[in-house]
Amino acid sequence: MGFLKRFFRSRAAVQQLPTGSVTVDRDGHIVTYTVSSAYPKALLRDIGLEVLSIFSEARTAQVPLAEISIHFASLNITARELRGGAVIFLLPQTAHSPTSTPSRL
Amino acid sequence: METRHKILVLDDDADWLNLCNEMFAHLPSKPEIRTVASGARALALLETEPFRLLVCDLKMPRMDGLQVLSIVRRRFPELRTVVLSGLEDEEFRSRAYALGVDLFWLKTDMQANSQMFLDCIESLLGRDLEGGFRGIQSKSLMDIIQMECLSRSSTVLRITRGSLVAKLWIQNGELIDAETEGTCGEAAFRRILGWRSGTFENMPAEPGRERAITKPVNALLLESAQAMDEIADSADPGSIEQNAHRKTIWKLALLTREGAEFVIAVPPEGQGETETMGMQPSESLAKWARHVAESTRRLSERIEAGPLSHVAAHNLERQMFVLNQDNKCFLVGWPPDVAVGPLLDKSKKLVSSWDS
Repeated sequence: MGFLKRFFRSRAAVQQLPTGSVTVDRDGHIVTYTVSSAYPKALLRDIGLEVLSIFSEARTAQVPLAEISIHFASLNITARELRGGAVIFLLPQTAHSPTSTPSRL
Repeated sequence: METRHKILVLDDDADWLNLCNEMFAHLPSKPEIRTVASGARALALLETEPFRLLVCDLKMPRMDGLQVLSIVRRRFPELRTVVLSGLEDEEFRSRAYALGVDLFWLKTDMQANSQMFLDCIESLLGRDLEGGFRGIQSKSLMDIIQMECLSRSSTVLRITRGSLVAKLWIQNGELIDAETEGTCGEAAFRRILGWRSGTFENMPAEPGRERAITKPVNALLLESAQAMDEIADSADPGSIEQNAHRKTIWKLALLTREGAEFVIAVPPEGQGETETMGMQPSESLAKWARHVAESTRRLSERIEAGPLSHVAAHNLERQMFVLNQDNKCFLVGWPPDVAVGPLLDKSKKLVSSWDS
């Protein structure tokens, strides 16, 4: 087996989905996070920036939001507005996950 | 073929008529302008020729402007009316608006802000002649009833269409009675909903009015819309405008039946116009919905999370859902106090049947 591993090194073909929470400040910098350190920090930052942009565009449209919940086929992202920043919860969808929106929605 | 609209200007001052003639000649739509110096002559002309707009002075010998306007309102309910007066008295302004005029301008203001005045006139000329209730421009009767009910107001809506008069009693956002042409209750309400234009005014509520309509207003609107559809289907195929009108009624009925506040259908950038139902068109909300769709699409590609199902958002004033369907992005708004559970399914239902 050890011999084979030399030739077939484990290489993740599919990026794992993040689980946990991330807090970002108003500039999109990650303040704290509980997501596995194996998950690329650049992607966490991307998630934070997109979420912040949705909040900020809503403010521009005169509908400041308290919470948004983005439902992808395999991942739920719930974000609460936090004084210009946001606390973001990442929850991969499994076959047993509830399909309804979390918290108030 | 594009037709030139006609404007009739009524004033007893010949110099003023010349001035108006010159000013209106600068309107972008190049309307045909006719001028008359007496109310009787104006009414005679209106009887013989179709005009889009009447611009009327108030202070005139023999028949004054208010008299002319009250006759015009009864005989020509579709005609747009503008008062241009030198009388700086608020009483005249309110009396003119009570008669259902579209605009009231003082002559001095008109000369000082001539471009704004011309823009207003051009806007009135451009409005659709077929639909809309005056008082709130370009709104159907269904819109008006919905607005009153959604705002939980108590009022009596007095609606006039030519010589026909109707009344709707609304108490705490619920329709309790209707009356027109000797009928009352649901039958009257259905008859009133068939009116496609007219004027309306809010009168004080009558809390002592006995309830004659027990069905929810949403159910009545839906039933009426279906009845109109059936009538239209059995008749000859209508024009494009009629079909569009029917579709609008159907969508509004769907909206009210589900209890949603509004639906905004946003096509991709540069591929058609945004469609808004249940609220005033809001470019900023449409822009936000488009941004959400773009932003989540980018995110989905980057983190490989699969296609977007939906986005839910809320604040103290409303709950919203963003959904994608047939290349369009839909923003569905709900009141904040509605139970959250079934909202996603209801939003999906609204969106899936929107363009069907």
